Amino acid sequence: MEYINIIVKAIFIENMIFAYFLGMCSYLAVSKTVKTGVGLGAAVIFVLGITVPVNYLMENYMLKEGALAWLSPSLATMDLSFLSFIMFIAIIAAMVQLVEMAVEKFAPALYSSLGIFLPLIAVNCSILGGALFMQERQYANIGEATAFGVGSGIGWFMAIVAIAAIREKIRYSSVPGPLRGLGITFILTGLMGIAFMSFMGIKL
Amino acid sequence: MSEVAVEEKVKQPSEPLFSKKNKALISNPLDDDNPITVQVLGICSALAITVQVKQAFVMALSVTFVTAMGNVIVSLMRNYIPNRIRIIVQLVIVAALVILVDQVLKAFVYDISKALSVFVGLIITNCIIMGRLEAFALGNKPWPAFLDGIGNGLGYGLILIIVSVFRELLGSGKLWGYPIFGHKVGALLSDGSLATEASGLYALGYVDNGLMILPPMALITVGVIIWVQRSRNTKLIEA
Repeated sequence: MEYINIIVKAIFIENMIFAYFLGMCSYLAVSKTVKTGVGLGAAVIFVLGITVPVNYLMENYMLKEGALAWLSPSLATMDLSFLSFIMFIAIIAAMVQLVEMAVEKFAPALYSSLGIFLPLIAVNCSILGGALFMQERQYANIGEATAFGVGSGIGWFMAIVAIAAIREKIRYSSVPGPLRGLGITFILTGLMGIAFMSFMGIKL
Repeated sequence: MSEVAVEEKVKQPSEPLFSKKNKALISNPLDDDNPITVQVLGICSALAITVQVKQAFVMALSVTFVTAMGNVIVSLMRNYIPNRIRIIVQLVIVAALVILVDQVLKAFVYDISKALSVFVGLIITNCIIMGRLEAFALGNKPWPAFLDGIGNGLGYGLILIIVSVFRELLGSGKLWGYPIFGHKVGALLSDGSLATEASGLYALGYVDNGLMILPPMALITVGVIIWVQRSRNTKLIEA
């Protein structure tokens, strides 16, 4: 039950795009057509689902105060948490590289359709944001952290596919000149955000 | 590699520190080439921390520092970084600078650093910084790179401050934490007591617009800013 709660919360209530604006740059850049939106969204679910649990292990067995106690009792008071940014980003960059190689080897068709988006993900703030929220919220075990990662990915996927679909249709409307393109996308995202706020307070 | 260096040396010495070209590096990002409204970079943090002017100001300062220093460091190292691993090198440099900023904020303005929460860390993946490192610092000398970093940081800060002024003023009737429209019932006064009756505009029945505090309004405010900017500056309009 706790897992469902975490996933629903990550998808709807604390949606990465509508509540925290994480990964907006790629969200705005890649949402011109539904096809590319789906590709990037799938890649984000995948990478978040992998990096959040790996970073969870990192946080709990290396960085947190006293986390190094398993190495030797003398390290029990060590607090390396100020290093977390550099560790998380290194792990994300390494995981993205690994995932890219694995996908290329085992699923060439998927690789050619995702190809350009995979490396982009290393600098997508929603991935680092997922790791940092995981650190801030202190999930009880690795299962919950994974649920949070996958849930946030699904929320991001949904947001980008929805805006891409709207942008495909809005090409046929006459938007005021200065608002065309970027401006209207911002306002549309804002309106969708207001709609998503109606999920607030739901608890399973 | 050496040929390029020689060519630059021949060209550069006659250029004064604040030549027209260098001034443009600072002024362009403020309007024509603004990182947020034109290049569409670094939006995530721009929207999340604009509820108060103070937070926006601290964030703008931090980002300006990181872009400027990151640009200088990468520009100094540009001839020694192998092309294939440049992204990781850049990420490490930026992460080190952000750790510095984070520790300084924690030491001197702890409450603001708490309010910014994960967004200080997210400066690392702020696309403005990576974008400027890739597009400018890798191909330019340290001084222009420094100016470019300052310029883009300021352009980012400008939008942040504009958005946060609207959101804080309309959303909670304050600027930089000081009440502008008078006090509400129950507000904490400067002498530490609670206000028992409304003053200023609130006495006339004015009510804060709570919607401005909510995250979606940041997006709509930026949308409107883009609208205003592009009506003034028509060459930016997209086809």
